[in-house]
This record gives sequence, C-alpha cells and structure tokens, in this order.
Amino acid sequence: MAIAICAPLTRETARTLRAGDSCLISGTIYTARDAAHKRLCELVERGEALPFDIRSSVIYFVGPTPEKPGQVIGSAGPTTSYRMDAYSPALIALGQTGMIGKGKRGPEVIEAMKAHGAVYFGAIGGCGALLGKCIKKRELVAYEDLGAEAICRLEVEDFPAVVIIDSLGSNLYETGPAAYLEKEK
Amino acid sequence: MRELSAQQITAVVSRLCVEANCHLPQDMKERIRESLDRETWPAAREILERITENYEIADTENLPICQDTGMACVFLKIGQDVHITGDLARAVDEGVRRGYRDGYLRKSVVRDPLDRVNTGDNTPAILYCEIVPGDRVEITVAPKGFGSENMSAIKMLRPSDGLQGVKDFVVRTVKDAGPNPCPPVVVGVGIGGTFDKAAYLAKKALLRPVDVPNGSPFYARLERELLDEINALGIGPQGLGGRTTALAVNIEQYPTHIAGLPVAVNINCHVTRHKTEVI
Repeated sequence: MAIAICAPLTRETARTLRAGDSCLISGTIYTARDAAHKRLCELVERGEALPFDIRSSVIYFVGPTPEKPGQVIGSAGPTTSYRMDAYSPALIALGQTGMIGKGKRGPEVIEAMKAHGAVYFGAIGGCGALLGKCIKKRELVAYEDLGAEAICRLEVEDFPAVVIIDSLGSNLYETGPAAYLEKEK
Repeated sequence: MRELSAQQITAVVSRLCVEANCHLPQDMKERIRESLDRETWPAAREILERITENYEIADTENLPICQDTGMACVFLKIGQDVHITGDLARAVDEGVRRGYRDGYLRKSVVRDPLDRVNTGDNTPAILYCEIVPGDRVEITVAPKGFGSENMSAIKMLRPSDGLQGVKDFVVRTVKDAGPNPCPPVVVGVGIGGTFDKAAYLAKKALLRPVDVPNGSPFYARLERELLDEINALGIGPQGLGGRTTALAVNIEQYPTHIAGLPVAVNINCHVTRHKTEVI
C-alpha cells in the first residue's frame, strides 16, 4: 500500500519514511535542475533570500517539455540527481526535507540528509507523459530566462515516488538489487 | 542526377523529430512486453507496467515519451546520384528548429559547453552523412537523452585484452551506471576502427531494431552473451532490483589497427527512439 505524503514535508514526517516505501505525494513542490540550483546556492553564499521558502520544501529535479494549449505542463519526469550533489547539502542544511529525482547520490548528500532529516524519493525516469498528469497547477517562481530549467511551484496530486534513501542513510539502490539476487540464488 | 531541394529535407527532419519523440518504435514495445512476461520481481514488474502505460499515453495524446527530448542526432544516407540544392546542414537545423518548436519539445542544447547559454531552439543537430549508391536520401532522426549519454564510456583496450577484455568493459560500464541511465537500457557497443569510429559505431548500433541481431553469427552470439551477463547483475528497472537491466545489446564492429582494440559503449534508456524516412 502506498503512503500518502503531504508537501511541504515536515522533518518529523520525513524521519518516519523508510527506503522502499511507496508514496503518493500531494501538495506543493518546487522544480529545479542544475542551473537553478547553482543560482540558489550563490544566493545562500551571499546571505541573500531565496525565491521560495526552502524550509520543509520538496524539490523535484525536472525540466518539463513546454505545455501544449490547454495543458498545465508537458512531459515531466525526473532528471538524474547526482548533478545536484554539489548543491543539495547547503539547501538541506537550510531546511529542505525532500528531493525527487532518479539515480545515485553522493556521500555528502546522504550525510546532510542524516544530519538534518531529509529524504530522497525516486520517480520513474522516462515516464514523463504519465508523471505530467499528476501535476495540476504550475506557477513560475524565478529564473524565467532558464526556460525549461526555471524554478516553478507545482501543485501535485498522488505523484508516485519511492523512498530511495531515507534519513538514516538506508539505500534502496543497494538493498533492492541485493534482495533480488538473494532470492535468485 | 536527381534533384532534391534542401527544403524537402527540412520538412522531413521536422516531422521525424516530433514522431520519434512521441512514438516508441514497435520493436521496443515488444521487447518491453517480453521482459515483463519474464520478470518475477514485483517492484520490477510494477515499473515495467508504468513504462508501458507511459508510452501508451504518449502514443494516444502525441506527447513526448520523456521530457528529455534529447539532442537531435540526424543520420543521412545520401545517394551519390542525388543533387541537393541549398545548404544541407542549415536545412537539417531548420528542420530541428521547427520540429522542436511545433511539437512542443524541450530545448536542451547550450551554445557552448562552458558558458552554457541555451540556444533556445535545440539546434544545432548532431549530423552524420554517409554516401551510398542510388538516388534516394534516407533520413533518420534519433533524439538522444543525456541521462544515459552521460553514462557512456570508451576505452582503448590492448589487443591482448581480447574478447574477455571487451566483455568485462561492457558489463562494467553498465554496472557502474547502475540506476542513473533509466534502466532497462539498450546498450550500443562499437568495437574496432579508431577512437572516434568506435564511438560512432556504438551510437549507430542503437539505431538497429532490438529484434535484429548482428549479421555475423559470432557477434550475434556475443550480443546474447553480454545481454545475459548484464541481466544477471540484478540492477533491474530503475535500479530497484530485478532481471530486466537491459532490453538489448547491439554491437557494430569494424576493422582496426594492428596495435589497437577500441571499445565504446553508448548507453540508451528504455526510451530508445528513432524514426526513418526515405525520400
């Protein structure tokens, strides 16, 4: 059974999630990829305010296709997360509690997740047409010049994601394949 | 000598960009279904079902299968008895520009690898031309996403590394990539030629339908052996475990130098897209 999750995501809730949990996320999340993360971290370094409340926020690593007339958003699946590894720890330290992406994360990110209580969700890569359907509203927040990489506020309903790495550092990319291979023995 | 105008090329490239991005080739759909039939791990089965649902939505609603609509790789086979009037390379880029604009595809190309300013129209294309007999032009558009492109690798092996060296390098590349390139993947392998030729062969291997084996029985067997070894790794769909790590291994080989054994591995995701038209 999937766990219903509300975003923004409190640290308390983030800490209850475990690697392998299937979740359906509803509420408000933010989009950001490489270029937007770089700018956010430059603001942090200069001590300036971020364009949205980072506390308890869930950031979706996505650069959607343009919406057709009548669409809220185009295809919108996750991008590979390790490119955000240089930036995620600083944002987690400021209170970000969730990340949605796909693929491995570096030790520096996992340490920050453990220290501050954050969780890394995986969405299915290459399923942008399907995942776009869970996005009900989109609003530009910052960096319009970045095009598909601009920061947007999304309202999502029952967005399917699996907890890949939890706040204790347990990692489904290690335990999942290991459990499968054990069964196949 | 048959005359073709560059505008005709533009129109075809534009159409192929949209069609390739919204409609997964039939051979890929069948291979995903076969993999689902053989898959026993519940999490893996669920992901393969979602992947199927996704390309069905894309088909019905003409939506991009994946939001990474890629860099447009365009392969032209130009008959030597065709005369093209106008600027061919510009005509191809114009086709990409129109296809990505009119098809609501994502513009993912930056003008310089270090200053990283988006060109805004997904140009330029990556263009390869081959001269062949005849008076026709075969145009293939293969949009290439970079989640999988980034997990690709090339190595100049020693001839003494031999067959085992090639196999080890291919399997290790897929293993190291793990969940990053959106498995189940299609693995394009180029063996031989020069440094650049091997990479080109690996890319070209991804254009061959996944149900068509290499023409040489030796390399066809190697494709099957590599696929079995990769699917014994346990990575599974999206890296969460399971049998289906790769849907296919396609190899292209070429003569090489007495001192060399280049091997390139170009990984593609489960959205291995390409569309061809002959004019």
